[in-house]
Amino acid sequence: MEFDPFVLARIQFAANISFHILFPAITIGLAWILFFFRLRFTLTGDEAWEYAYTFWVKVFALTFALGVVSGITMSFQFGTNWPGFMEIAGNIAGPLLGYEVLTAFFLEASFLGIMLFGKQRVSNRVHLIATFLVAFGTTLSAFWILALNSWMQTPAGYSFTDGQFYAQSWLSIIFNPSFPYRLTHMLLASFLTSAFLVAGVSAWRVRQGVDGPATWKVLKTGVMLAACVIPVQIFVGDLHGLNTLQHQPEKIAAMEAIWETEEGAAFTLVGLPDENTRSTRYAIKIPYAASLILTHDAQGEVRGLNSFAEHPPVAPVFWSFRVMLGIGMLMLLVSWSVALCYLRGKRPGPVLLRALSWMTFSGWVATLAGWYVTEIGRQPWIVRGLVKTSEVVADHSAATLSGTLVGYIGLYVFLLYSYIHALRYLSTKPARSLEMTSPGVKPALAQGAP
Amino acid sequence: MTEFLPVFFVFAMGLALLVYVVLDGFDLGIGILLPLASEPHKDVMISSIGPFWDANETWIVLGVGILLIAFPQAHGIVLTALYTPVTIMLFGLILRGVAFDFRVKAGDDRRGLWNNAFFAGSLVASMAQGWMLGAYITGLQDNTTSLAFAALIAVTLPALYVMLGAAWLMIKTEHALFEHAMRWGKNAWLPMGAGLLLVSVATPLVSSEIAARWFTLPNAIGLVPIPVTCAAAYLGIGWLLRRPDVLRAGYAKAVFIGLVLICLMAAFGLAYSLYPDIILGRMTLFEAAAHSSSLQFIFWGVAVTLPLIAAYSIYVYRVFGGKTTALSYE
Ligand code: HDD
Ligand code: HEM
Ligand code: HEM
Repeated sequence: MEFDPFVLARIQFAANISFHILFPAITIGLAWILFFFRLRFTLTGDEAWEYAYTFWVKVFALTFALGVVSGITMSFQFGTNWPGFMEIAGNIAGPLLGYEVLTAFFLEASFLGIMLFGKQRVSNRVHLIATFLVAFGTTLSAFWILALNSWMQTPAGYSFTDGQFYAQSWLSIIFNPSFPYRLTHMLLASFLTSAFLVAGVSAWRVRQGVDGPATWKVLKTGVMLAACVIPVQIFVGDLHGLNTLQHQPEKIAAMEAIWETEEGAAFTLVGLPDENTRSTRYAIKIPYAASLILTHDAQGEVRGLNSFAEHPPVAPVFWSFRVMLGIGMLMLLVSWSVALCYLRGKRPGPVLLRALSWMTFSGWVATLAGWYVTEIGRQPWIVRGLVKTSEVVADHSAATLSGTLVGYIGLYVFLLYSYIHALRYLSTKPARSLEMTSPGVKPALAQGAP
Repeated sequence: MTEFLPVFFVFAMGLALLVYVVLDGFDLGIGILLPLASEPHKDVMISSIGPFWDANETWIVLGVGILLIAFPQAHGIVLTALYTPVTIMLFGLILRGVAFDFRVKAGDDRRGLWNNAFFAGSLVASMAQGWMLGAYITGLQDNTTSLAFAALIAVTLPALYVMLGAAWLMIKTEHALFEHAMRWGKNAWLPMGAGLLLVSVATPLVSSEIAARWFTLPNAIGLVPIPVTCAAAYLGIGWLLRRPDVLRAGYAKAVFIGLVLICLMAAFGLAYSLYPDIILGRMTLFEAAAHSSSLQFIFWGVAVTLPLIAAYSIYVYRVFGGKTTALSYE
């Protein structure tokens, strides 16, 4: 593949959405965790929960800001990079994106102000409600955008005439076949990402000796949440895969690198899929396992890549899938080990604390890997089976695209670095960063003495 | 319904963009003014917009969203043609949006860096928006006249934003910062006026279609209130800015209202110049409109949620009403 504008436009879109999803992956779950902290404080009056809230709401504010600015970029990218997509699918995509703005974005953006800075200005109850509305807004926004994305994977409820989609049934469009699975899987992914983030940062603070009164409480909250969610996630992931087998069998064949249709297919643990030789080199296989997982019958027939006229690139899908599964298993191992400690009435020791802090950003890796499976696995289609990605690309020159691409990537690397740096700084010196103003400035300045 | 819906949505889009210009205008303006202020004043200035900026920015997402929802055929053409200024604007908005948080969360040694990013992002985003507006008014053409016209708006819009920012600061602050804001407003008054005048004169010159719409009787008579209101508001603002005692007595709001009036008139003028085209001389809004099955589905959403959004936005502005105090997560 050479760098034609089409490839560049795809890389640019992929870079932007990959950067964007890092932040929703945290904010959706963290918003509910913050709501939980506030609720605990309101119910128990225990100051530690209030402290936990005050610390994590700052992380939330920072993450949310990055989510917003990268999201605004996304909403322009549809038009700048894929104008054809809106011309063909605008009748379907437009209203779904519109409902996201109207019901979710304004809700979260407006009540965020109260959630962050309003504690002195509204009653505790109103503040709790504001926090709830922000959390609800983030979840609602996932609902709408995933409805659209799932519709692109498994279109339903439309008619397709003269090169344009028309809506037939909005209910079938929204609740298209893959949507319930994708929504559940993504929401759980966000809970896992934020659970490992709070647990990981807390473990790091304990190890650095900078823990505050609430650090252990937060750590336990994160670990227990993760331990409860991960088995559900694995179960839902399995159902999601079975659903994909039904609606996008070519994606499953690529995920498993099954080149030829066969009965009693083996599951390839690792290997190097090679599309030139149409085989997987150095494969380590478990006999019959793929048939067993996919058809629940050791002799079941699994369709191979050979039976599709067109199929997605195999290696990236295959590998991304294994990264996601691997992290899922690690999450299970770590969260259950720590949870087991707690169940025995002990606090986790240095080894487990180290493991937790190593896992701080594991949710990001799994989430990105999961999206790569989903999106690269949909190629060459943009609307599966109906419209090809190559049909909808804008005709910018390669020079323009590579220029802006370099700009975006530079900016994103810088922002990501700054984000992690700021997280570290906040975790080490929490007391100094509590205010929006600089240390040493009297809060009453705006009102008081000249 | 097929006639009504596209008109309804073009109205909603215009409204969203107008609200955007006013609301994000004042916080972008404050960003442009930031380097002029002392360190403690910088904090107050940012505190005065901290709780609002995110929701303010959402209005542009709605504006572009409606373009996409209701006029998908135009959406692609407009955004493809504006690819470069849109990208530049996005860079500006990204830098500025994150600078809010990083300047207080990334440690003191980096505060200066983020203050600069906040300023640069605000300025770049404002200029890019002006450029986009200019390019849009001339029907997305590529000749020198259109580029010059776009460049003219690219410097005028930041001046308007600075005025809005100064007016907002006068409403939200007291004492020394208030006095600064007054001076900033006074300094921006003439450049803004000159810019607006030039833009008004240039618009019919660069587009014969717009000229034809404005200078044919009897329409011309009906349009007189637009320039008259603009001029009155502009002179009123100028008068107020030279009466510090009146402003200190709490009439700073009048400056803001005057500016809103100017924006409103400009929006009317623009709407009149373009209607019923969505891309001047190329495509009408009826040609660009999405299918009515889709428009109907989203119509109810807009009809229900827009008043709700207005209600809770006003609520949030009231919660943080009055003079600004330092923001605190406590
Ligand atoms: C599963 C969740 C998810 C996914 C797949 C996406 N987003 Fe997102 N987005 C969110 C979840 C989210 C959120 C949780 O609602 C955010 C993230 C952090 C935040 O501040 O709100 C958000 C913010 C956000 C904003 C700013 C909203 C505001 O002003 O408050 C915009 C404009 C978009 N997104 C647009 C998009 C587009 C066009 C996407 C697809 C191509 C997309 N997002 C994918
Ligand atoms: C949020 C997590 C997501 C990630 C990490 C992600 C990742 C990607 C990647 C890697 C590609 C490039 C695939 C390729 O060209 O080989 C892509 C393409 C694309 N995705 Fe996503 N995606 C996400 C969500 C979404 C959503 C929610 C939508 C729409 C509602 C969407 C719409 C598209 C479109 C329009 C393309 C461009 C066409 C294409 O190359 O297929 N994506 N995405
Ligand atoms: C370990 C067991 C898991 C299984 C069996 C599994 C299964 C799957 C499958 C089959 C897909 C692709 C669906 C499709 O596009 O058709 C997928 C996507 C995805 N996975 Fe997983 N997954 C697992 C764990 C995880 C974990 C731990 C995370 C994150 C914390 C995660 C996050 C995602 C995301 C974000 C996507 C893309 C969105 C979607 O299509 O739902 N997964 N997963």
